[in-house]
Amino acid sequence: MTSAPAPSAARTLDAVDVLDRAWDLDPRVAVRPESFGALLYHFGTRRLSFVKDRRLLEVVQRLAGSATARDACLAAGLAGAELTTYGRALSTLAATDMLVPRPDSGGAPV
Amino acid sequence: MTTTTRPLVEPRSLIDSFALGLDAPICLTWELTYACNLACTHCLSSSGRRDPRELSTAECKAVIDELQRMQVFYVNIGGGEPTVRSDFWELLDYATSHDVGVKFSTNGIRLDAEAARRIAANSYVDVQISIDGATAEVNDDVRGHGSFDTAVRALQHLSDAGVSPKLSVVCTRHNIAQLDQFKAIADRFGAQLRLTRLRPSGRGADVWDDLHPTQAQQRELYDWLVRHGEGVLTGDSFFHLAAYGDALPGLNLCGAGRVVCLIDPVGDVYACPFAIHDQFLAGNVRSAGGFATVWRESALFLELREPQTGGACAGCDQYDACRGGCMAAKFFTGLPLDGPDPECVKGFGELALAGVAPGSAPRPSLDHSHTGGVRGGPVPLTLSTRRPDRACDESPLTTREH
Repeated sequence: MTSAPAPSAARTLDAVDVLDRAWDLDPRVAVRPESFGALLYHFGTRRLSFVKDRRLLEVVQRLAGSATARDACLAAGLAGAELTTYGRALSTLAATDMLVPRPDSGGAPV
Repeated sequence: MTTTTRPLVEPRSLIDSFALGLDAPICLTWELTYACNLACTHCLSSSGRRDPRELSTAECKAVIDELQRMQVFYVNIGGGEPTVRSDFWELLDYATSHDVGVKFSTNGIRLDAEAARRIAANSYVDVQISIDGATAEVNDDVRGHGSFDTAVRALQHLSDAGVSPKLSVVCTRHNIAQLDQFKAIADRFGAQLRLTRLRPSGRGADVWDDLHPTQAQQRELYDWLVRHGEGVLTGDSFFHLAAYGDALPGLNLCGAGRVVCLIDPVGDVYACPFAIHDQFLAGNVRSAGGFATVWRESALFLELREPQTGGACAGCDQYDACRGGCMAAKFFTGLPLDGPDPECVKGFGELALAGVAPGSAPRPSLDHSHTGGVRGGPVPLTLSTRRPDRACDESPLTTREH
């Protein structure tokens, strides 16, 4: 028996790397707020992601206006160990191409 | 394909959130027409003849506008054979230019080289070609003479145009042994294999006893699906098999009226594509308030979103895995909705079915079947494998109308 393949490790950034970069939602991603958080649908990859937390939704919505993901988290009222948790969640979204690094952010291509 | 941002677990599980319903469907099935060139013996919508009340082009576009406002991400278009509508490509382009992705199912009859190029040019369109046998012999027995060749020709056109389609297969007693062959056909055309469950819906009720997989075949199918993981799609349709052990990839819940629904060719909204019956009719898109009001306010959908108790299955140690199985499969085999699925892997369905009086299961509310048959249509002429319900001195060969 085999289980479903895990996302490629090479494409998974650790939480700190993610937090120190600038990100945008891929323009092909639609965000639909729901009572439990939000649904994200990528029209290119046909992937659906479930954001299970209203504050993560707020972070995602703040990414475009923030210099780094860390700034977006802080602006959403997150602090301390929460940053790592949310950084990891953002990393998941980046690994599935929901988020794309902003070209002028100086970070290496993901 | 789905992913979750796993670290952020809420007190209430995601499945529970979904079971209580969403503000809009994630996707829905939209059958554009009951017209079909084929007469498959197991057609879930009893399709064949066009309905004179079919939604017009303008009405279809109004529905798409509404789906865009509700942020329904994509529609699964089917029928009947949707491509026989003269405005099919116009509606497809209209949807994808209004943020509604399209996945459509076809038997391939209209899928020539030009259509394949058209699909290739629209990156928001997915196409799936239906075959129900990996050989013409097995396929044409249920879908009609020549239908296998039509499907393969369509796959070739898509492959030539650089499109990666899906190969959609309804699993039956006659094709479970062909799973590897289906995979080989899919691989040959660069397609992704999609296996779904046979339901006793529409004309499927007439052939259910002969076509639904045996218990041993269900186990074989489950093991095969587990081996192939996310490489094979299932439309989440085999969640009743989760009771064998590990859950299969996907949501593993009945989404009827909670995360999905059906819009039929005349605009009627049903809880799911397999439940075309008055009992599961929530409303019509032509009514005041349109689809959004039906989705958000219909008494039926609100009831489906109430917490489910599990009924007769509540005491079963596998209830959390299978959640009692498929509502439509229970309904059209005459079983109570709060009891086991007819194909319950623990055998409780078979026990329950033994108590259902022959002929007492509900019939579909609609029937658009061709009345005179179609050229090349399947001729279900098989030796009866069951004891007749009453004394019978006729030929042991049974003929079914279709």
